[in-house]
Amino acid sequence: MELLLVILVGAFYSSGIYMMFRRSMVKLLLGLLLLGNGANLLIFLIGGITKGKAPIIKPENNAFHEIYADPVPQALILTAIVISFALTAFAIVLLKRVYTTTGSDDLDSLNVQDLDI
Amino acid sequence: MITNFILAPILMHMFTAIVLLFFWQKVLVQKIISIVGNSIAFLLCLRMFEMTMSNGYLTLQLGSWQAPFGITFIADTLSAIMVLLTALVSLAVGIYSTASLNESRIRFGYFFIFHFLVMGLLGAFLTGDIFNLYVWFEVVIISSFILLTVGGKKRQMEGAIKYVTMNMLGSVIFLTAIGILYGITGTLNIADLALKVAQVENTGLVTVTSLLFFVAFGIKSAVFPLYFWLPSAYHTPPSAIAAIFGGLLTKMGVYAMLRVFTVIFQPDYFTLVLFSVIAILTLLTGALGTINKKSIRRVLSYLIVCHIGFFIAGMGLNTEWAFVAIVFYLIHDVIVKSNVFMISGVIVKMRETVDMTRLGSLLKDYPKFSFVAALVLFSLVGIPPLSGFWPKILLFQETFKQENYLLLAALIIASFVTLFVIVRIWSEAFWKESPKPITEEIDHFESFPFSGKIALIAPIVGLAFVSLYIGLSANSFMKLSEKAAYEMKNPEIYIENVLGAKQ
Repeated sequence: MELLLVILVGAFYSSGIYMMFRRSMVKLLLGLLLLGNGANLLIFLIGGITKGKAPIIKPENNAFHEIYADPVPQALILTAIVISFALTAFAIVLLKRVYTTTGSDDLDSLNVQDLDI
Repeated sequence: MITNFILAPILMHMFTAIVLLFFWQKVLVQKIISIVGNSIAFLLCLRMFEMTMSNGYLTLQLGSWQAPFGITFIADTLSAIMVLLTALVSLAVGIYSTASLNESRIRFGYFFIFHFLVMGLLGAFLTGDIFNLYVWFEVVIISSFILLTVGGKKRQMEGAIKYVTMNMLGSVIFLTAIGILYGITGTLNIADLALKVAQVENTGLVTVTSLLFFVAFGIKSAVFPLYFWLPSAYHTPPSAIAAIFGGLLTKMGVYAMLRVFTVIFQPDYFTLVLFSVIAILTLLTGALGTINKKSIRRVLSYLIVCHIGFFIAGMGLNTEWAFVAIVFYLIHDVIVKSNVFMISGVIVKMRETVDMTRLGSLLKDYPKFSFVAALVLFSLVGIPPLSGFWPKILLFQETFKQENYLLLAALIIASFVTLFVIVRIWSEAFWKESPKPITEEIDHFESFPFSGKIALIAPIVGLAFVSLYIGLSANSFMKLSEKAAYEMKNPEIYIENVLGAKQ
């Protein structure tokens, strides 16, 4: 399981960065999405994957006795996912707006002459 | 001292933003609410600064969950300084925006987003938890995206896409670094991290993680290879937005770097050499970028990059006096950088352009404004006794003492280029004869009502007086910076205040 996730994280990061180097705006967006998901998976992986119970202490005990899953990475990922939703939604609207202004998917078409006013 | 008061400025801005929501279409009401909210927040920040000065550290463990399990808010001297600067600049820019922005932008929710931006900045300066720092960063960057792109034209789009992409990439790198750091230490509290990181045996991994943080914050604060988005993004938005961006957003990256590299990671030799090299390259590329630019706004954008080099240089030296210089320079830079952008905005109102070749005779037409502008521009250079002089001299001395002559040369070159471009702005825009006669259509400034003129000029004059005051009573600011630098060089005080004396 760990090895699979390691490979997956690597694939997400590398393909994300590759996509960001493309000229197309859609690919840029996909690249950012892949990178964000790669980061989330990385937190999940590196926070330690434990097959265990949820971190709930029974009333009669006052400490953990068995292996439990760390809740913090999940909380972190949840927060990060929500934030990346907002950012992605914004980026999609921005790119849509750029597309309607320039009528092209090519980022190079944005390179206006440097008027320097 | 444990106190809930630390949240007050943050909540004040949030409250103001929410109240603004109810007056979406009423421009005048929005302006009044924003000024009132900013003023109250300024008083709260001033009170917090006083409390930090008299009581030492202010801490708050949210929900009474003791650190390292809960979320910590902490204000030390550096945080208190940053919070006070943020409050001052946001008050000035808030007043300035009431007159300088057109109504359609305000109807788009400018003030609403503005208050959220300031809230995020204050949160980032006060948090004691690395993941919360990430969340506050996101609050700030998403607000800044909206401010930068709303009402954008094609020219603005190119800068906006670069800005959005680079900042999202920076966030991903920041998140990756947090993930790895959590993996090797199992904690997120900055003070607790400092203890745990010191125990990690795999120092190579720690260095790599610290450099990931450096890259993430480097993108936000625009250091050498990562700065290219800044000059293309900062010269297009209205000057009020550029003022708050230029003054505070890049400094947030610097603050985060200072926090991470003084408390969590103690930089090793390799990191320090890297800082020095990056500082030299940032100083030189930023300085060279200003030379052939005709637009004042572009010159100022490159000057932001150039002056970020001063902070990185101080971090590369990593001595207590270098930190004194950095803190002093932060105080000076935040105030003066936002002020020069506001001045460029007033010039646009007066002449419809910031192109130096088409400007002129401002000194003849507006002598009083020109004198204030001269004061601000020349304190950016650091002509003694203005505010930029003291931190620069300190930094030069310290660099000389550490025998880092290449860095010293870069600092001196950067200072001279700053002097050169500022003198050029002065002679081209203010001194020389205007190339074409100024008619009623060009000069919008005269058409403002009296209250509008006051709202445009008063913040500039106010901040100019603050920078004059910093220069003239440099002694007390030096003491303040020494206090902050002492705390930065002795992170165990910070750790003790968060985790309690038992550690």
